[in-house]
Amino acid sequence: MKVLRQFLIIMIISLLGEILNRILPFPVPASVYGLVLMLTALMTGLIRVPQVKEASVILIELMPVMFIPAAVGLMTAWDKLRPVVVPVIVITFVTTLLVMGVTGIVTEKVIEKTEKGAEE
Amino acid sequence: MQSFIEYSLFFGPVISLVVYEGGLLLKRKYKLAVLNPLLITAIVLIAFLALTNVEYESYNASAKYISYFLTPATVALAVPLYEQLKLLKENLAAVLCGLLAGVLTSLVSIFLLSKLFGLNHEQYVTLLPKSITTAIGMGVSEEMGGITAITVAVICVTGMIGDITSEWLYKILKIRHPIAKGLALGTASHAMGTAKAMEMGEVEGAMGSLAIVTAGLLTVVGASFFAQLM
Repeated sequence: MKVLRQFLIIMIISLLGEILNRILPFPVPASVYGLVLMLTALMTGLIRVPQVKEASVILIELMPVMFIPAAVGLMTAWDKLRPVVVPVIVITFVTTLLVMGVTGIVTEKVIEKTEKGAEE
Repeated sequence: MQSFIEYSLFFGPVISLVVYEGGLLLKRKYKLAVLNPLLITAIVLIAFLALTNVEYESYNASAKYISYFLTPATVALAVPLYEQLKLLKENLAAVLCGLLAGVLTSLVSIFLLSKLFGLNHEQYVTLLPKSITTAIGMGVSEEMGGITAITVAVICVTGMIGDITSEWLYKILKIRHPIAKGLALGTASHAMGTAKAMEMGEVEGAMGSLAIVTAGLLTVVGASFFAQLM
């Protein structure tokens, strides 16, 4: 029954996320409200990790297959993608490399700086 | 056939999972990033549905139940994030600067390139969440009026690009610190980048998983502003 209780806790937080998504005016998905609520609950000690651990491991492991129906939905969106398929590919390539490069360089520089600061 | 598929509760989920298992097998056998199981599954299923003349709606009538637990699964991402908060606190300045720089670079570069290519609002917001984890990115795209199916495909391809190019890019740019490597992979290429980071090392992997959620959350905030620019 332990896992059932864990699922219940996660489902209740999902429901609260859904309610926030309905009443707040921001374009934030219910799942993200739920994630923030769960993180807050863990940080404040309202929920402890062992109370949700097994169920969250199962859910995260199963997550990749949950995207299959949406990915297959590409067949209905093909008409919308076709006219912009080249720009979309270019944008995807360029921005991914840019983001990875900038994040890496900035993080590396700040680490070097703080390590130097600590030595002095 | 069409009507059976429409009324069946198990056709969609079973065929999806069978093809996905096949994708996993291929990935395990050849270890190539291009063999992303989700992308393979999508391509094979689209080809199958097109060849057998089955409408997407008929397939999705039962396949949609696989996605039912997506919101709870995203909520569950808070647990590993919480477990890595210590790592975040120990390297707070570097991690925060890296994350902010990465997320801003993503939003700004997508905005500028979309403008350059003359994309419309719908196409632009479809691309905005491309670097973050599918669970959050799909929701962001939907909330802002994007085309979720394209967002999911672009997110998959983004993950593959990070996986394939990271080692080469780190060599050229001389990015050597494990924290920087992991954070960059997670910020640019979400879970697929993090899987690569885990191969590089434990610290890289932990930083990658930290970046998945934090970059995702920062993008939710940033994208709601950037969406209004075009």
